[in-house]
Amino acid sequence: MLSPPEPAPAATSRPPVHRKRRRPSTGIELGLATLYLSFLVFIPLGAVVWQSTQNGWSGFWEDISSPEAASTLKLTIVASFVVAIINAFMGTLIAWVLVRDSFPGKRIIDTIIDLPFALPTIVAGLVLVTLYGPQSPLHVTLAYTQPGVVAALLFVTLPFVVRTVQPVLLELDQEMEAAAASLGAGRFTIFRRIILPNLVPAILAGTALSFARALSEYGATVLISGNLPFKTQVASVQIFSQIQNDNTTGAAAVSTVLLVVSLLVLVGLGMIQRWSVRRG
Amino acid sequence: MAEPDLDQRDDAAPRGRTVTATDIRFDTVANERAVDGLSSAGSYRARPAGKWLMRIIMLTYLTFLLILPVGLVFWRTFERGIAPVIEALTTPEALHALQVTAIVAGCAVVLNTIFGIIASFLLVRHEFPGKRVLDKLIDLPLAVSPVVVGLALILVYGRNSTVGGWLGDEGIDIIYALPGMIMATCFVSLPLMVREVAPILEEIGDEQEQAAATLGASPFQIFRRVTLPAIRWGVAYGIILTLARSLGEFGAVAVVSGRVVGETQTLTLFVDQNFENFDKPAAYSAAFLLAFLAIAALLLMNIFRPKEH
Repeated sequence: MLSPPEPAPAATSRPPVHRKRRRPSTGIELGLATLYLSFLVFIPLGAVVWQSTQNGWSGFWEDISSPEAASTLKLTIVASFVVAIINAFMGTLIAWVLVRDSFPGKRIIDTIIDLPFALPTIVAGLVLVTLYGPQSPLHVTLAYTQPGVVAALLFVTLPFVVRTVQPVLLELDQEMEAAAASLGAGRFTIFRRIILPNLVPAILAGTALSFARALSEYGATVLISGNLPFKTQVASVQIFSQIQNDNTTGAAAVSTVLLVVSLLVLVGLGMIQRWSVRRG
Repeated sequence: MAEPDLDQRDDAAPRGRTVTATDIRFDTVANERAVDGLSSAGSYRARPAGKWLMRIIMLTYLTFLLILPVGLVFWRTFERGIAPVIEALTTPEALHALQVTAIVAGCAVVLNTIFGIIASFLLVRHEFPGKRVLDKLIDLPLAVSPVVVGLALILVYGRNSTVGGWLGDEGIDIIYALPGMIMATCFVSLPLMVREVAPILEEIGDEQEQAAATLGASPFQIFRRVTLPAIRWGVAYGIILTLARSLGEFGAVAVVSGRVVGETQTLTLFVDQNFENFDKPAAYSAAFLLAFLAIAALLLMNIFRPKEH
């Protein structure tokens, strides 16, 4: 629009087919993208790891093995693990009902499953503390307890397993099940031997994602946990209070542990995906 | 000797050794059962008892985890009608928080849309060393705790760091100011656009782009006339997702904003602060507004997505 359309050179000088995957602009695009990622993501995350070792390796070890940090990390990992296991079961069950069953209101349920992803995490926290907090209308008080933390994490991770298992279940060829039934397999045998093996990669992927998310959750847990050290303080909340106390090295140490665990989970997830592609 | 042997075989037949009359009868019954199950419900039917049990478990779980809590917040918000909600949302602090949220989310959406489209092109249309690593690393922000994001930005751009100190001397504050909040929001919503656009680019291929190039179109013309119309739905979903995530970001913004009321307070920080100060009506009203926007985004996606496929 600004300059008159450039005539022929671009078209004629470019051999159309052979240079398909190499364009002159690659360098600029790649440079821009790398720059953006570096300044926004890589350099800052690198700085966290760097800062965590400011007092040497022994300092790092002291920071993460102090009673408060250790109990925080333990609670975070154990709670995330419990949440991942519950999600593996409930997520598969919900996906199963949504795909194989039909009842009035199923579409509504299918839509609201995504709600925890859409809701801001602080709203999720507020929502749970309203029902299970000190003024609970159900007279069930989970606030400031470890089950409360687990409930908050279950809320925000609800969709992961459902949304990874659902499409696989939809695509599953039911002729296999019919064939198994025709050979005399019972319903339980069909589920265990035919359906479950097909779902396992998806279940594992969803569970890994919900574990990683639970590890890193802050907004949903901050209100319901009450931030009691040694009792309900999860890692993100502990890091936050360390930052507020200007102990960035201690905060960076706990952050580094979280980063490493998340990275391991992501790598594991990649392996699960490659494995399922090879199988499928 | 032959007679008892045959008898024994007959007994073992249903296990599938030799085909006998029993075996075939068994087979037919099972087949009918299977075919019946498939044809009537389109799926292999569970026993009614099991079906009901699973339905009940699912509905109980969702009721107590999702439906009741969310419903109760809506109820608490509108307990005293709509007037107090409007009042709580039009106080100067609330309006300012709304404005800050709009600025931060708007900037994050623009930056991530540009980055997302460029990165999608790189990942789908180009080959370069380290491409697979880049592909993996783009998802990294989803696995990082928002608080760690905030800490990471403070360490590099805070006043005590080299870069942040230098920028501060030049009069540019990043941390405890809008730029830092925008960066934090960009960080957490980074992969959303790429993951919407890249698969579509992959699917449409580049034959049309090449055709346009042979007809003398400039790269910009190709992008505007050929590629953009093809990926516009992906971009639209990406924008909705990024916007929803940006509006709702809490942890990362809480760290880098310094939470100055009337200056760097976003809506999510406003919810938190008012809840902790026992100003429940204000907290619930702002939470309702955020939830309303999130649900609107969710419904938009659900309404438009089936048209695509």
